[in-house]
Amino acid sequence: MVRTVSLRTPLTTEDVLSLKAGDIVSISGSMVTGRDRVHKFLVEQRPPKEDIPFDLAGTILYHCGPLMKKGQEGYSAVSAGPTTSMRVEMYEADVIGRYKIKGVMGKGGMGERTRQALKENACVYFHAIGGAAVYLADRIKKTLGVWRLEEFGPTEAMWCFEVEDFPAIVTMDVHGNDMHKGIEDLSAQRFLELIRK
Amino acid sequence: MLKLRDGIVELYRKVATSLPPDVEEALRSALDKEEEGSPAFSSLSVTLSNIRSARETARPLCQDTGVPVFFLKVPAGLSHLELKDTIMEATRIATEKVPLRPNAVDVITEQNSGDNTGAGFPVIYLEETTATTLAIDLMLKGGGSENAGQLYKLPAEDLRAQRDLDGVRKCVLDAVQKAQGRGCPPYIIGVGLGASKDQVTRLAKDQLMRKLADMNKIDALAELETRLLKDINDLGIGPQGLGGRTTAIGVKIGANHRHPASYFVDVSISCWANRRGRLIW
Repeated sequence: MVRTVSLRTPLTTEDVLSLKAGDIVSISGSMVTGRDRVHKFLVEQRPPKEDIPFDLAGTILYHCGPLMKKGQEGYSAVSAGPTTSMRVEMYEADVIGRYKIKGVMGKGGMGERTRQALKENACVYFHAIGGAAVYLADRIKKTLGVWRLEEFGPTEAMWCFEVEDFPAIVTMDVHGNDMHKGIEDLSAQRFLELIRK
Repeated sequence: MLKLRDGIVELYRKVATSLPPDVEEALRSALDKEEEGSPAFSSLSVTLSNIRSARETARPLCQDTGVPVFFLKVPAGLSHLELKDTIMEATRIATEKVPLRPNAVDVITEQNSGDNTGAGFPVIYLEETTATTLAIDLMLKGGGSENAGQLYKLPAEDLRAQRDLDGVRKCVLDAVQKAQGRGCPPYIIGVGLGASKDQVTRLAKDQLMRKLADMNKIDALAELETRLLKDINDLGIGPQGLGGRTTAIGVKIGANHRHPASYFVDVSISCWANRRGRLIW
């Protein structure tokens, strides 16, 4: 039986320890976005925590370059699904350790270094549904702020969103379980059988 | 050209916000094949619900509105340069109006142009036709699935792939095995075979414009398309790469003549959001 877990950010170590790969979660609270440029900047420039207008400790870092629209009351997300997480693999372990985030969310899973960092820092990886961008944008209730908009542009900037019942699947947990790796190992066996035919 | 410009803006809106009916239908049958409660089932249900609300609210169904790729068939006498200018202008307007996510980034300065135009952006292919009407095909190709594509040259010893159609089959399986769930499966796979690298990559993209039910006119390729679809789904990668029965909903192959020394195979992967559409003018 698949269990659904309600989560509210900021996440605690206890929250993270209780999650297992395969859990379907429903997230409420605030989360921040960050993709290629934010990760490169955080690791190369190492900005102190006080330079970032949002408290990253306990938050979820969402790999997402949203499609934003500027209206009279500021920016809102039109379409906001996940981007491929593997592109920031070389940075993520450092970002998790330094900024104490408790959840990383994207699509497709991540590599060995991040898997280790999740264990060492009590953090978890959520897979959000790739391409379900309108469905997910409807779960973003408010844009709370943005960082580095001028420099990085709306796709690459760090946005802070308030979300309600945002769905995702835990695919890499703090205990070292990794659904992506499991599927990849299985398909690798079938692949070998198929190319030997 | 003003009316044509507005027609292209509308084409952008249609392609960004609604999925072709055959693709939606294929995703619906994929859902029927998965077990209720599985990650494959729940992600496909959300995907289908996303497709519906994007269409109903005219919002881009994926935030990555991709690289716009145009294929034009132009009657004799129409200026290719003017058509390109009209597409550029329509792109600027569509970026603001639809809206599209600005995706054109200068490689040197890292500045985003903000309007989806730039050097070689959008991608525009033109060719002359004997028809009297202008046909404009548009594909919005997402970055995640574009990154999952691969170019091979046969023979490929590590795959035991020789210079024959079975060698091609092994290359395609390798590309999908490497992509796993990173390019948003269920995938549509376009394959191009031929003599030169630049030509096969375009040919592979061309295949992604074919309807899923379109049977290859060449029997040997039609057979390979069917065989590959079955083999890919046997990999078990599944929707979103979380395991399941449907990893791909279509495989389409195009072949040009090759050089005796060269046998290139390009594999272009489209995410489930295979956004394509046509404007006849």
